[in-house]
Amino acid sequence: MKYFSRRKFLGKTSNLIGAMLAAGLMSTSVMATEFPTAEVNTTGLAVTDDTVTVGILHSLTGTMAISETGAMEAARLAIKQINESGGILGRQIEVILEDGASDWPTFAEKARKLLISDKAAAVFGCWTSASRKAVLPVFEQHNGILYYPTFYEGLEQSKNVIYTGQEATQQILAGLDWVAEEKDAKTFFLIGSDYIWPRTSMKIARIHIEQVLGGRVVGEEYVPLGDVQFGSIINRLRLRKPDVIFAAVVGGSNVAWFRQLNAAGINADNQTLLTLSVTEDEVLGIGGENLEGFYSVMKYFQSLDNPNNKAFVEAFKAEYGQDSVIGDVTQAAYLGPWLWKAAVEKAGSFDIDKIVEVSRTGEIELDTAPEGYVRLHPNHHLWSHTRIGKWNRDGQATVVYESPELIEPNPFPEGYQ
Amino acid sequence: MMNFFIERFLGGKQGAVAIALLALLILVIFPLALDLFRLNLVGKYLTFAFAAVGLVLLWGYGGILSLGQGVFFGLGGYAMAMFLKLEASDPQSTAIQTTPGIPDFMDWNRLYELPWFWVPFESFAFTLLAILVLPALFAYIIGVAMFKRRVGGVYFAIITQVIAVILTVLIVGQQGFTGGINGITDLRTLNGWDIRTDSAKYILYFINALLLLAVIMISRFVLTSKLGRLLLAMKDKEDRVRFSGYDVSNFKIFIFCLSAVISAIGGAMFTLQVGFMSPSLLGVVPSIEMVIFAAVGGRMSLIGVVYGTLLINFGKTGFSETFPELWLFFMGGLFIAVVMFFPNGLAGIYNKYVSKLAFLQRYLPAIKLPKSKADTQSNASSSASTSDNAAEGAKS
Repeated sequence: MKYFSRRKFLGKTSNLIGAMLAAGLMSTSVMATEFPTAEVNTTGLAVTDDTVTVGILHSLTGTMAISETGAMEAARLAIKQINESGGILGRQIEVILEDGASDWPTFAEKARKLLISDKAAAVFGCWTSASRKAVLPVFEQHNGILYYPTFYEGLEQSKNVIYTGQEATQQILAGLDWVAEEKDAKTFFLIGSDYIWPRTSMKIARIHIEQVLGGRVVGEEYVPLGDVQFGSIINRLRLRKPDVIFAAVVGGSNVAWFRQLNAAGINADNQTLLTLSVTEDEVLGIGGENLEGFYSVMKYFQSLDNPNNKAFVEAFKAEYGQDSVIGDVTQAAYLGPWLWKAAVEKAGSFDIDKIVEVSRTGEIELDTAPEGYVRLHPNHHLWSHTRIGKWNRDGQATVVYESPELIEPNPFPEGYQ
Repeated sequence: MMNFFIERFLGGKQGAVAIALLALLILVIFPLALDLFRLNLVGKYLTFAFAAVGLVLLWGYGGILSLGQGVFFGLGGYAMAMFLKLEASDPQSTAIQTTPGIPDFMDWNRLYELPWFWVPFESFAFTLLAILVLPALFAYIIGVAMFKRRVGGVYFAIITQVIAVILTVLIVGQQGFTGGINGITDLRTLNGWDIRTDSAKYILYFINALLLLAVIMISRFVLTSKLGRLLLAMKDKEDRVRFSGYDVSNFKIFIFCLSAVISAIGGAMFTLQVGFMSPSLLGVVPSIEMVIFAAVGGRMSLIGVVYGTLLINFGKTGFSETFPELWLFFMGGLFIAVVMFFPNGLAGIYNKYVSKLAFLQRYLPAIKLPKSKADTQSNASSSASTSDNAAEGAKS
């Protein structure tokens, strides 16, 4: 219902009118003549003289809705801002919103609809690896383009996907290096939910710990998705006394995991814990008091102190309420429409093949990203900084480390497979 | 001979009209009226209708509620997916892997050779056989373990549901062997025939629709046989049947196996039309959804459940496209309305209202809804016209 409050409605209408006026002025003066539809759209996408249609495909219902809503909102915000600044090649972006319903076949069905029936010029969406795997053949077959926002396991590089989150090595290696040096850690206990992302991440982590850092893995445990019983794992933790717990527990399990750790007396005073899977969104459910002093390794935290991020946080809160929080994936989802805009403008065309071609030059970059400067690597992933945040009681993180250089994305790491 | 066919496979002249109307809808009207994308969706819906038809046999007539039909749907789907995945994983297209020639998810999980139970699925003939035999075998084992010990009713429903949970956990946990929660994705060709092309989608749709009609006819044949009447008798008074000298458990095992095989055919067709298989199709939620399809369609009507499946899935797709943030409330409302006002589902509505319109009676079929005794009593008001007894319903 929050989309239809009266004030918002009026606000949106006036924005829209403003945007339409701006677009109208521009399209008559420059754009329409400079970029005739027949030239910028040779493959029959949903592009008219003054609009271009894109899809947003996230779970708005089901267990993933809590995580994916933020990503959906961020993509919408970016599109709104692009429209207000004159659109893309003089065209206003129109959005078709589809619900993947936390169900992988539904994701495939909706992806087909967006590409076949709606001819969406681009799709922003998916969160879990499973949903991406389900839609991937659809995008490849119908030659669409998907901007995928989540940090994920790597081992994939499709022509039809731009990955705006980090792949596993970007997130993991820098995090482990930091904890090994800063905390003088030698023994690690790995724990994750049982599916491909934690498994692959831990595989990479174990090789790095054993072969590069010269440390030791004293435990590697996986819990079924949604499991909330951590008693026996906590007992093993007490027994093995690792220097670092390295965690990738997701979803509802995350809440139980941190609460039970805390109840068992394991907290930041006596244990270093570094997690791959907690963003500001998850903290809302877990509670800042259960996380205080633990670390997350991400590329983005809401508390990042730079002008881009301040403006982004302010715009996001103005749009979706002062209580809303912004996690890593939400920020990555915000980048999607902007990266697409950059690629379209560089290519001077909405054609997928041309967008892919310029995306592969390694020259698509954003100065205005909230996380700071980012550049698209020819392998379809983003160069990015990796940061470590220490959680505070209020649910925000203090950034304690930032990789000095942009870290190169490497979805198929040699020696880590 | 013709008469025998009409009576036994179609359910009499009226049954023949009903099945002809359904055939007209799914073989002619849908393909003409819908674009390929929508038709492919209908094809997906119809795969669930297989499971619903199986539930008419098992639950509607046998009185055995299974909350684990998704398991068999999944077994059929996975068997087909394993064959297609092996075909898609030839050494050329998997050359970047550590071990070319095995499915990609095995490579990620550091398996270096094909597990032994995957090897037979390189043969298409074996796969087809497995789609029919595996679920039957699995249902047989469960059936013997349950029915021979006279486990029934709620306990059986709970146990089948638990089996669905166990299988999901097993598949998710053993991701190196099964693809885990992602399922088996990126399926391309069937014996070299690209199943992703438009023409393949049309052909698969028609194969699917024809198979469904065939399954309905076979089910009708079973229900019009002596077995069908025994099932109804068992549902009403199991002890009487047992005291008459019948081994009740064998009939139950048979009907359970049959419904499992029917579900599995649906699952295999699902994989072919949608292009992947994942554990989210065989867990608790899809299993319960299949029961809902049957309940909404009318669990005593082989044809009604097909319409029920179509209605719910059209609703799901339509509501979720139009109201992406509110659609679940509409679906919930639809279920509540059906359960409260039309306990016999679509078939019940049809019998209560449509078939009573006098001027239509000469042309329209009455759907056979043999009432069990319990239903007749609890629904006396709505069943005046449908209280045919079991024997008449089974059309001896």
